[in-house]
Amino acid sequence: MKLSKAEVEHVAWLARLELSDEEKDRLTGHLNQILLHFGKLQELDTSEVEPTSHSIPIQNAFREDVVGACLSVEDAISNAPEARDDYFVVPQVVEM
Amino acid sequence: MDLSTLTAHELHDMLKARKVSSREITQAVLDRISGVEDRVRAYVTVTADEALEAARAVDERIARGDEIGPLTGIPAAIKDNMCTRGVLTTCASKILHNFVPPYDATVVERLSQAGAVIIGKTNLDEFAMGSSTENSGLFVTHNPWDVTKVPGGSSGGSAAAVSAGEAIFALGSDTGGSIRQPASFCGVVGLKPTYGRVSRYGLVAFASSLDQIGPITRDVTDTALVLQTIAGKDPLDSTSVDVPVPDYSAALRNDVRGLKIGVPSELFAQGVQPEIADAVWKGIKLLKSLGADYREVPMPIMEYTLPTYYILAPAEASSNLARYDGVRYGHRSRHSPDVLSMFSKTRDEGFGAEVKQRIMIGTYALSAGYYDAYYLKAQKVRTLVRQAYDEAFKEFDVLISPTSPTVAFGIGERVDDPYQMKLADVCTIPVNMAGIPGLSLTCGFHDGMPIGLQIMGKPFDEETVLRVAYTFEQNTDYYKRQPGLN
Repeated sequence: MKLSKAEVEHVAWLARLELSDEEKDRLTGHLNQILLHFGKLQELDTSEVEPTSHSIPIQNAFREDVVGACLSVEDAISNAPEARDDYFVVPQVVEM
Repeated sequence: MDLSTLTAHELHDMLKARKVSSREITQAVLDRISGVEDRVRAYVTVTADEALEAARAVDERIARGDEIGPLTGIPAAIKDNMCTRGVLTTCASKILHNFVPPYDATVVERLSQAGAVIIGKTNLDEFAMGSSTENSGLFVTHNPWDVTKVPGGSSGGSAAAVSAGEAIFALGSDTGGSIRQPASFCGVVGLKPTYGRVSRYGLVAFASSLDQIGPITRDVTDTALVLQTIAGKDPLDSTSVDVPVPDYSAALRNDVRGLKIGVPSELFAQGVQPEIADAVWKGIKLLKSLGADYREVPMPIMEYTLPTYYILAPAEASSNLARYDGVRYGHRSRHSPDVLSMFSKTRDEGFGAEVKQRIMIGTYALSAGYYDAYYLKAQKVRTLVRQAYDEAFKEFDVLISPTSPTVAFGIGERVDDPYQMKLADVCTIPVNMAGIPGLSLTCGFHDGMPIGLQIMGKPFDEETVLRVAYTFEQNTDYYKRQPGLN
């Protein structure tokens, strides 16, 4: 299962990473190296095995639907690269 | 006597007896930092003024006759991936180079409530991804035992700080060994508690089903004291488990009679240096001479844990790191014509090479057409790992293995071989996959560098793990040795 540069570019697009050509080449090589090792897992028969997403199973971690303390808007935007009033400012999103 | 070389419990006794003040202890640690930090480089941020102020407040309480707890007035370091309100928290990444959290992580809150004095934030591999702290986006930390060697990772800064006397204890985080392995490389004690034992609220997430916070200390008594303070259900972390917190200090008995130790054969293979295996076996036999019994147990699933982990962890990381987009905090790329290129340029500029690599692997493993073959498969192998441990724990009370296949390696030695680097985690990774507790402590030295022995226990049975560790420690004197850094 060897990744082509085009596939790497697709994955980079999914991950929202704008990579340089040099980075794409390096990552293609690295990823292919790692993918080789993944092949080992095919040796295991897992057809009757349930997947584990929680190593320590707990159920229904609920709380009462009651309003509690939360971050103030001021605190929440305190690290914004750009903010105005109570908003985070970003480059234009919607095409007019 | 240099106060910075003592343990929390020793300092606590001195504080109670009014032989020393918290200000003197804090100053001693700050002086030590001034003296050795140029060579160790454990700290991203030292909060000297805040620490001295906190120490002053503790001394006032003591003068008033207030009761103090075991960690009151004791200087602690916090790994820089845990949020500290008002104090820079970088995760050793350029993408968070200017992030100042507006809230404290629960563990930081609990330490503060207990009166601990936060000395500063320690260096790590960027976003906790790495095994040497060489992936820090800021600078490299050095091993206090030999400054040409790595301190291990990803909690390298925390382990080096405790080892060098630059903190009395520290908090680290562990996803695939990031507390235990640097503890073993730096000759200190590191515990990864059972998954869900300690709140992850405020810990910058790497792999949410694997991450845990735990103590890094000079001896096992301190491990128990710190765990006591940070453990317990937290309403802010829905993965924290509502299991009562026992008295961990009461578990510290010098007694392993009747204890059954399992020794997983595969964890002594996979590139483990003979000197390491010898030292760990010596430790197991010492425990036998003290009344325990051991048996080698094959756990063939161990051969599959490294590739499984390197699907699961990056997949979860790719999701957790999606939030770093330049919108709400951290670095934002300048001159982006539109929001999509702002995201992509920001992330390319802000993330280091290892982080990008893992995001890419994780994104690929989760993408349409590959999810079943990789991520789902890895989750099924994870079930097999858990089952293997469940089976082993039917017979054994604890399992013992080396913490890492080697002692600390040279800075720069493995950076060009990512898979070699990851082999350093082969003994620690399965523990995170199963969610069980694991502790590392020093069991010997090789070429002057500490060797770590790992004790693994049943879920929520930190008490037995601590008892075995304490017994081992009290019957050897490795824990008393300190690096000759002056």
